[in-house]
Amino acid sequence: MGRVTTIARRTFLIGSVAVAGGVAFGAYMYKRPGENPLMADLEEGEAVITPYVKIDAEGVTLITPRTDLGQGAYSVQAALIAEELDIELDQVRVDPGMPSPAYYNTALSEEGAPFRSTDESFMAESVRGVMDVLMKFLGMQVTGGSTSVPDGYEKLRTAGAVARETLKAAASQKSGVPVGQLKTAKGAVQLPDGSQLTYVELAPVAATIRPVTNVTLRDPSEWRLLGKPMRRHDIVAKSTGTLPYGVDFKVDGMVHATVKLNPRQGGAMNGFDASAAENMRGVKKIVPITGGVGVVADNTWRAIQAANAIEFDWGPAPYPPEMDGHWEALGNSFNDEQIEARNRDDGDVETALAGADVIEAEYRAPYLAHAPLEPISAIVKVEDDRVDVWTGTQIPRFVQGNVAKLTGVAFDDVYVHVLYVGGSFGHRLEDEVVKQAVEIAREMKGTPVKLTYSREEDMIHDFPRQIAMARGRGVVKDGKVDTYDLGIAMPSVIASQMGRQGLSLPGPDTQIIAGAWEQPFAIPNYRMTGYRAPELAPISSWRSVGASSNGFFHDCFLDELIVAAGADPLEERIRLMWHDNSRKVLEAVGEMSGWGSDLGPKRGRGVAFCMSFGVATAEVVEVTDTDDGIKIDKVFVAAEVGRVVDPVNFDNLVKGGVIWGLGHAMNCEITYSDGIAEQDNFHAFEGMRLYQCPEIEVRGLENGSKIRGIGEPPVPPAAPALANAIFAATGKRIREMPFNKHIDFV
Amino acid sequence: MKLTVNGQDHEVDVEEDMPLLWVLRDELGITGPKYGCGIAQCGACTVHVDGVAVRSCQLPVGAVEYEVTTIEGLGTPDALHAVQAAWVEHQVAQCGYCQSGQIMAAASFLETNDDPTDADIDVAMSANLCRCGTYPRIREAVKTAAKNLRSA
Ligand code: FES
Ligand code: FES
Repeated sequence: MGRVTTIARRTFLIGSVAVAGGVAFGAYMYKRPGENPLMADLEEGEAVITPYVKIDAEGVTLITPRTDLGQGAYSVQAALIAEELDIELDQVRVDPGMPSPAYYNTALSEEGAPFRSTDESFMAESVRGVMDVLMKFLGMQVTGGSTSVPDGYEKLRTAGAVARETLKAAASQKSGVPVGQLKTAKGAVQLPDGSQLTYVELAPVAATIRPVTNVTLRDPSEWRLLGKPMRRHDIVAKSTGTLPYGVDFKVDGMVHATVKLNPRQGGAMNGFDASAAENMRGVKKIVPITGGVGVVADNTWRAIQAANAIEFDWGPAPYPPEMDGHWEALGNSFNDEQIEARNRDDGDVETALAGADVIEAEYRAPYLAHAPLEPISAIVKVEDDRVDVWTGTQIPRFVQGNVAKLTGVAFDDVYVHVLYVGGSFGHRLEDEVVKQAVEIAREMKGTPVKLTYSREEDMIHDFPRQIAMARGRGVVKDGKVDTYDLGIAMPSVIASQMGRQGLSLPGPDTQIIAGAWEQPFAIPNYRMTGYRAPELAPISSWRSVGASSNGFFHDCFLDELIVAAGADPLEERIRLMWHDNSRKVLEAVGEMSGWGSDLGPKRGRGVAFCMSFGVATAEVVEVTDTDDGIKIDKVFVAAEVGRVVDPVNFDNLVKGGVIWGLGHAMNCEITYSDGIAEQDNFHAFEGMRLYQCPEIEVRGLENGSKIRGIGEPPVPPAAPALANAIFAATGKRIREMPFNKHIDFV
Repeated sequence: MKLTVNGQDHEVDVEEDMPLLWVLRDELGITGPKYGCGIAQCGACTVHVDGVAVRSCQLPVGAVEYEVTTIEGLGTPDALHAVQAAWVEHQVAQCGYCQSGQIMAAASFLETNDDPTDADIDVAMSANLCRCGTYPRIREAVKTAAKNLRSA
């Protein structure tokens, strides 16, 4: 146990180990040796680490454990290592690696602990520490919560630095030149006489010496790669159609399959008649699986055609069949017994409300599909003593465990090969597709089965974003916001999600009020209450999770109060803000947008602020009320991320997040009728199209002490900024997403 | 039946009504064209037939009379087409899944209009969905590609 305590106290330890033909650098493992997939050939008791850098005869490989979902995670992680290692990005190979418990994600747990990201007191830090340990033991190699950059920021740079210094020591030993006279650049140690020893040449020596772990990370002012525009390593492949995504991947001897599942999510299959499908061309096998059937054919299209020809007898949905039932369940949840969390209760809200002129409003946010453009897929090959899985996933360790359970094959004999994905937005935190592929493939032992969902199956069985409702009450006094009381009701996303993994949630689900309770406003009477609604349709994390609905609720109701107070929306938010770095974000969008200048007739601008995932983000949206509907003209975004590690990617991700937030707010929802999602393809779930896309100006602020990820934080302020702008232009206050239920868009 | 793709002749034994997309992907192993919706809503499957952008998920292979070009035939990593070069320069892709279709749509459009206005670009490129929201960079890249094509 001594070891574990040490590691729990320190964040991580970087060391080295010999591997066939070379050396690997990475984080020490604290679990049993056999679990590290790249170290399988080592003897018990030998140094065991989870590698981030591997150098052997084939060259230098950087191993980047966080899945790349399109957010550029592989490139950023590789750059973090390469910065300290003194190697160019075109000199390395990037490999997502095999799942391993030492790739635990330390930043994710921070969001679950009940302290505001602005609260860096000793207490908050220490509770985060406890959560961190918990995450380690869960072995959660999870990509999510905008954590790839914060998680790797120190770990990966340290791995690069340890590798560099150890290679220098090896070069010194080999050449006799003292370490102090050696330099490193471009993947080699440079000797004073102008000659060089490449890392590849040095690897065998480096493997035999004690790693140099006493390293100091370079100051950002010395960075070569980080903080500067860099070319993503996959950009050429992604521009030439040569990058194989999960859905493109091929394995020798592979057959193609699809599934047809009860469209009432989680409902039973009572029976089916496949007589029409059985004889269709190319059909090889029809396999009943949990909640539906799998159809195996020699071609994906034939499998889908055959699946559509099967007649089913489906059981009822395990949730209310119509939307009224869902909204009613939420509406009934605002009571003391269902309080999940009240992390904020400043001043005396009840007294302030009593007898005052109370402003009240109710807000709603619908279910939403993730609908990444690539439909989900997985290839599985089951053999007696080994299973291989090829898929794009954010949770490779869970996949490994679930496959072991389903097949009876030992955990260590399940190999998960993580592939590129065409978007996720949280969809790939689920692994039903893998389980279904296993159910089919174990009936065809030795044959790799590729399961591809049709778009319709993908959208209907997408575990959607939570449905949510909020009720606000407030009082304004002397032109200022005086009292703000917000209750939010939703089912627990995290409980639904963890439930599918057989885990229960240890403690309250803070996502129910995430994006609302931790907003750094100093309102005299300020209360945020989360109510846990009963489980309804199964739900899952959707880009920015709780904040995706709550950012809208919190900011729009604040806007209503500010308008009622007769104050300026931006100035009053700034006045109320107690947190300096958040205030700077508001000031930045004010300056960028020329807040206060005259926009002309039929135009309006709205501002919104949301702190989520530790990132203070403010957005200003400008709209025109045209004869054909609302046109979104411009968006200004400022976000405080501590440090912008990759500026091009930062800009791209922020713009993408804004478009995501605006597009879904405009026109997307999943609704159930007869228990079945009514939207099954992009004609009914459109999002934003290019012609609707506003000009977007982005600024990253670097005043904070912590490095933060940017994948999710631009999403929550987008919808409220748009709603507030529509109010400014038209006088119409929209309190329900999607907004096109209430107003037309161009 | 016979099919010419990227200058190469193929003999395929499939149903006439199988969409070209699936013949390319599953029969010929050409996976640059992507499956996104199957109902002409997203454009991920865009290829050129006789130089014109079409939705290969909607085109029965039996109806294909002319040569097919996919993203793989437009240009290669070593010899990028002007549109692909612009896409690389602007680092358009996020997940990249829609980009084969975006690039094929842009290449065909710029053949007919090499000096497009912003409004022209909006019209030409709005049938292609990007869930990652790369639209601002697509606009920039189309303009750069147009400029480079004009001066070529
Ligand atoms: S797959 Fe053809 S348009 Fe979407
Ligand atoms: S880049 Fe991901 S869908 Fe367009």
